[in-house]
Amino acid sequence: MKTYTNTGNKDTRSGFGAGLTELGQTNENVVALCADLTGSLKMDDFKANHPERFFQVGIAEANMIGMAAGMTIGGKIPFTGTFANFSTGRVYDQIRQSVAYSHKNVKICASHAGVTLGEDGATHQILEDIGLMKMLPGMTVINTCDYNQTKAATLAIAKHDGPVYLRFGRPKVPNFTPENGKFEIGKAVKLTDGNDVTIVATGHLVWEALEAAKVLNDNGISAEVINIHTIKPLDDKAILDSVSKTGCVVTAEEHNYLGGLGESVARVLAQHNPTPQEFVATKDTFGESGTPAQLMDKYGLNSSAIQEAAKKVLKRK
Amino acid sequence: MSNIQQLEDLTTQVRRDILRMVHKVNSGHPGGSLGCAEFFVCLYNEIMETKDGFDMDGIDEDLFFLSNGHISPVFYSVLARTGYFPVEELNTFRLIDSRLQGHPTTHEGLPGIRIASGSLGQGMSVAIGAAESKKLNNDNHLIYSLHGDGELQEGQNWEAIMYAAGNKIDNLISTIDLNGQQIDGSTDTVLPMGNIKAKFEAFGWTVVEIEDGNNIEAILEGMQNAKSLTGNGKPVCVLLKTVMGNGVDFMMHTHAWHGKAPNDEQLATGLVQNEETLGDY
Repeated sequence: MKTYTNTGNKDTRSGFGAGLTELGQTNENVVALCADLTGSLKMDDFKANHPERFFQVGIAEANMIGMAAGMTIGGKIPFTGTFANFSTGRVYDQIRQSVAYSHKNVKICASHAGVTLGEDGATHQILEDIGLMKMLPGMTVINTCDYNQTKAATLAIAKHDGPVYLRFGRPKVPNFTPENGKFEIGKAVKLTDGNDVTIVATGHLVWEALEAAKVLNDNGISAEVINIHTIKPLDDKAILDSVSKTGCVVTAEEHNYLGGLGESVARVLAQHNPTPQEFVATKDTFGESGTPAQLMDKYGLNSSAIQEAAKKVLKRK
Repeated sequence: MSNIQQLEDLTTQVRRDILRMVHKVNSGHPGGSLGCAEFFVCLYNEIMETKDGFDMDGIDEDLFFLSNGHISPVFYSVLARTGYFPVEELNTFRLIDSRLQGHPTTHEGLPGIRIASGSLGQGMSVAIGAAESKKLNNDNHLIYSLHGDGELQEGQNWEAIMYAAGNKIDNLISTIDLNGQQIDGSTDTVLPMGNIKAKFEAFGWTVVEIEDGNNIEAILEGMQNAKSLTGNGKPVCVLLKTVMGNGVDFMMHTHAWHGKAPNDEQLATGLVQNEETLGDY
């Protein structure tokens, strides 16, 4: 079984910051807007290096989204930055009308997604954002798994014409994808080959899926792990190819099982190849305060939860 | 440069277009559209510097954003009659497969439209973004926007108003259609907004008042004044006092025609009061 090495824990938001810094140097049309969270979004470098292209909007997210839509008129590529909750739920109608329906080239970049935001608690831990954003026609939805992939995604979305939601997080997590790796929007990445069960994971759950696959392998269960960084458009073929071999699937995400990656996978399978599926996700609940590790454990979002789901789904084949 | 009579004639024709468009599909918003007919005619014929043709980026030309998208009939009529698309296309307003959606949108590719509007309160933010884009591009042209007065009840406006003053967005002229009416009644009874002029000034804007917002000469003078006040470190607000339903006597001074179409008889009355000048579509 192919294994991956953690080259050191890093936060995905810093991957975004590094990508934005590089874009500042390479693409003069890239502009950045932030709603009073410059440090949290790791936008300080961009701000320092390109103050004329950095727009501090204050605690006014609705105005930020509208301004970003307006800035595309004249050829700018705006990257907005705030927490995932304030990037989506708070400004849903602004995104719907001024960005998605108007097909504006706005990149909505959202940190602190999911429960791993930690101690701030449920007001800030959005678990519904993937669902909200994937329902918008024309919106590309990306949830990256580590520092390197987040940086690569940040660079890639600047070259994509159209609205994008880029979701990442706060905690330091294993960095294991290749440095300066290629990022193809809408293209799944198969991390391990396996024959017994497919594990389709996104975001912070990808590393957990790899950890689960190792343990499963030691127990004689061969798991194929697929890293789905792009939830929309979903790489249907990669999923169908894998389940045609394994015959069952576990989806894993730091998000509500209603509206998330799991539902998108279930739709593809229901249409083309009905397959037993288990969902590693939050089960229609809000989060709470705690450390990221405690919360991932309590809400069943880690390697052991994925192992359990794999064993369960295998019995349903 | 048109003379006043030409602008008056165009306004009359625009009123006919508005009435005929909403009558045909028995839906749409004639009241606010009629109230802003003179403003749109002046804006697109005398005030804004625009290039021939249409491209989304609008480099080296003035841009306009309609925030209160429900007054699409006046917007569509004036866009068509200033050459953005064929006048005959007004016939398709609100019909299936039309580029003239109930509320304006870029989605169908209608020339002249740069943002969707309809859900209220979003246009000023978009206009500010476009104004920032102009500044980055060293493009000295101006951004214009129009907003309903009732629309100012949406909180996003005040985020935008604060940003524009705080960041010296002085290439922006945002006009407020002060007709004092909204769907449920007068703005003073639905949600009193107090002194709008004082509010804009308190936020740091320069305010220009046009007392008779249905008088072409007054609009031209007021908007030229507004233009002269740009580039001075402050955004400019024009308070345009209009009469909802202007030019059709039974539609005036009431909120009743905000979103209601005339019947056959009412249409005939309205058209008699506005005789054909440039030819119906």
